[in-house]
Amino acid sequence: MEELATENKGQNLESEMEDQADASVMTIEIGPAHPAMHGIVRFTTQIDGEEIVDMIPEIGYLHRGFEKESENSKWIQITPYTDRLNYVSPLLCNIGYSMAVEKLFGVDAPRRAQYTRVIMGEISRITDHLTCLGAAAMEVGAFTFFLWFIKGREYLWELVEEVTGARLTTNWTRFGGNATDIPDGFLGELQERLEKIKDILRECDTLLTRNKIFIDRVKDVGVLSKEDSISFGFTGPMLRACGIPYDVRRSDRYSVYDDLDFEIPVGSVGDCFDRYLVRMEEMWQSISIIEQASDKLPAGPIAIDDRQLVLPDKKQVYGNIEGLIDHFKLVMEGHQAPAGEIYMPTEGGNGEVGFYLVSDGSGEPVKCRVRPPCFNFVSAMPAICKGGYVADIVPIFGSVNMIGGELDR
Amino acid sequence: MNEIINIAINILLDPFIQTILKIVVIIFMFVMPLATVLTLMERKWSAMIQDRVGPNRANLPFADNFRGRGALHIAADALKSIFKEDFIPRGADRFLFTIAPYFGFAAALSVFAIVPFAAPIGDFTFQITDVKPGLLYIFAITSLGVYGSVLAGASSNSKFALLGGTRASAQMLSYEVFIGISLLGIFMVYESTQISVIVDGQNTYWFGNLIPKWGIFTQPVAFVLFFVAMIAETKRAPFDAPEGESEIVAGYFLEYSGMRFGAFMLAEYIAIVGVSVLMVTLFLGGYHIPWLHLWESAPQALVTILQILKFTLLSVFFCWLQLQIRWTIPKFRFDQTMALGWKKMLPVAMANVLVTAIIILLAN
Amino acid sequence: MSTEQEEIGNLTQLLQEQFPGAVQSYHQHRGDETVLVERSQILPICQFLRDDERSKMEMMIDLTAVDYIKESPRFEVVYHFKSLSLEHRIRVKVRVPEEDCEIDSIHELWLAVDWYERECYDMYGIIFKNHPNLQRILMYSQFEGYPLRKDYPIGRQQPLVEMRPVNERHDYGEL
Repeated sequence: MEELATENKGQNLESEMEDQADASVMTIEIGPAHPAMHGIVRFTTQIDGEEIVDMIPEIGYLHRGFEKESENSKWIQITPYTDRLNYVSPLLCNIGYSMAVEKLFGVDAPRRAQYTRVIMGEISRITDHLTCLGAAAMEVGAFTFFLWFIKGREYLWELVEEVTGARLTTNWTRFGGNATDIPDGFLGELQERLEKIKDILRECDTLLTRNKIFIDRVKDVGVLSKEDSISFGFTGPMLRACGIPYDVRRSDRYSVYDDLDFEIPVGSVGDCFDRYLVRMEEMWQSISIIEQASDKLPAGPIAIDDRQLVLPDKKQVYGNIEGLIDHFKLVMEGHQAPAGEIYMPTEGGNGEVGFYLVSDGSGEPVKCRVRPPCFNFVSAMPAICKGGYVADIVPIFGSVNMIGGELDR
Repeated sequence: MNEIINIAINILLDPFIQTILKIVVIIFMFVMPLATVLTLMERKWSAMIQDRVGPNRANLPFADNFRGRGALHIAADALKSIFKEDFIPRGADRFLFTIAPYFGFAAALSVFAIVPFAAPIGDFTFQITDVKPGLLYIFAITSLGVYGSVLAGASSNSKFALLGGTRASAQMLSYEVFIGISLLGIFMVYESTQISVIVDGQNTYWFGNLIPKWGIFTQPVAFVLFFVAMIAETKRAPFDAPEGESEIVAGYFLEYSGMRFGAFMLAEYIAIVGVSVLMVTLFLGGYHIPWLHLWESAPQALVTILQILKFTLLSVFFCWLQLQIRWTIPKFRFDQTMALGWKKMLPVAMANVLVTAIIILLAN
Repeated sequence: MSTEQEEIGNLTQLLQEQFPGAVQSYHQHRGDETVLVERSQILPICQFLRDDERSKMEMMIDLTAVDYIKESPRFEVVYHFKSLSLEHRIRVKVRVPEEDCEIDSIHELWLAVDWYERECYDMYGIIFKNHPNLQRILMYSQFEGYPLRKDYPIGRQQPLVEMRPVNERHDYGEL
């Protein structure tokens, strides 16, 4: 082990590549600070003229030690960290983590909490796709499209802010429920905003989907075969673009998605254009899910009545001794998760966001692992890019939708 | 006293002095104002397209925070690029790096030398020089611009800049071919390469006084081809693969800063004006206002003013058109730019020349 | 854990039949089918899970490790597999002792494994034998220690890294 470690020291990607390079090949560093890189990642790329010969991705620039921090925190203290995993759809990670802990405890959130989670989660999915598609389009030159989508995203983030109190650092879910219920009049406003989003989607659809130049840029670019995509562990829109209808919402039937009627859009070839179309259609499906969920939204509590999990009402805390003790114990000692291990997959913005939690029965997790969908995508970048042009990196990386927070944790 | 006036008039009548004056007037009263205003208009117009406000922050603190809806940004941008550090990267070829920006700048400005802004009054022409091979002059000058990009790319000691430089050279050299072939039609129709003859040729009419023989009517295909090729030649979006801001960062002028970067930017906007001016001159009758000759008693001064006005308005229209294209259309990939040129534009341009030739033959 | 532990899952049964003695323990806590297998058998077991008609695990979902510092063997490498066609999941765990921190790499079976094993090596120092490019991935190559081991203090400072030499002129290759 020591030997291997010393061997790896002084590893220098550039020099390593230059050794094997033949004379006509030039090595360029794309990233870490490069306009096409969403977040920080480096691709040491060998090009022959305009063609990509080889590529070595280097990640870890945004590594913040999520798992290490989690292992040194109480269960509930991890929730804010999960906001930062995927910073374009923070709520989806919030929800995923809370559902994972609920699975560890063996409880379920009440129906109303589940439905509001679905609504907020799908809003986040739309914001994720809006950002992804907008950024991808911007980089192939459709700057206008980007700003129109960002405008749409603002509408939704204002809604998120109304419910959670923050646009990005939401920290909204709790174990066995949510921190806050949706405010009065929220559903009406939600409907209005969704209409605006629909307008934007329609508008952008006419602007871009049949634009010859755009299609030329993305069609048949960045194709990865079905088999390779599966083997690379692709999930989410990237896998669905290859024509495989794998959606964790459907296959694992978590939360209340079973009660809701939605379709899983799939592509055919798995090129950048398919990914674009899949994401566009997914936004329409999300809108439909939100509409159904707000129609079906049941009344009731937003958190279960379990003193082991949920903080008691403030009236209880100040009014009687039991409430005070429960509050004190929950705050000071944290949630006493039963010993065991679970893996909870949820459908994040990019694909399967899974939490693998190990508890030994104390108040702190032994292991809190998040399975990042982007990790697989970026590991497949060389396979996708090889043989393409330098300019193809742009739409490919745009369609991959790498989120640094999730990739590097 | 009279002697002094006479001397002054003599000096003014001296062709050399006249030319210098024309250059000064055209550059500082037409090209530069239009180009600098364009830098702001581009940002404002794109903001309008994209539901933004656009630049509006620069203000005059001593004049009640006067903002002028962002007009001060022109001054702010200029000041910024003048006073920013003029950085030359380590390992760069200092000489070439220093002179490269001014190649493009000079080439962009030189286009205006042959453009007439109004009809001549007596011996006095509203044109700096009316060289016989006017069209050839256009080819020659536009191809000079390539040196700026290539030298900048090669001397910057940056791989991205080098890539941008090679892309720029390939693209500009290719599109010169289509500029040439598309203008061949104009040459055949008006039977001259001299700009003033071409412009005057556009003042004749079909069917009595019904339709002016503008280039856009006699050579509609060449009009489109020339416009596209000129946009590609100036490396504006959608043909901005040499700059390729998303993949090769800024292309050939990646390493530039300060006023040298400003020179590249200004050259780009001057080139926009240049393209517009050429479009008007070659395809939209130049300064000639259609059917104005029917008003025979028109005072000469008024006619000249109207002509300059018409010329300017149409130029501004083409500037606007280029901005509109820039902000609505995605970019081509580099190989697609080349494919469009060689596989689509070249055959069309050739066919256009052939058809024009046949029609001219039959008409005679 | 409750009675879930006694129930034996289909895949577990299959593995027990195919690899007698390799399955050390199993449970189905909260419905997650889990087997703990022999370290030497991991490659054939994964191969079997991928290729057999009854398991068909086309996808390697996740690979990580857990550091049980007080137990022996100390580490547990955890694999999550998912079958798209049969819609089931399985978790395979392997115990790896600290002193002999090695396990066979399964990178030939799934393309995704490459990076996951690198990450696991980076974080826990578990060596995956026959891995083509076992280098640090999230950490920089000069990083000392393995950050996710429980005995790595969370506040530990790393030494400064030497500057890399910079070439005066770029090497463009031959033009």
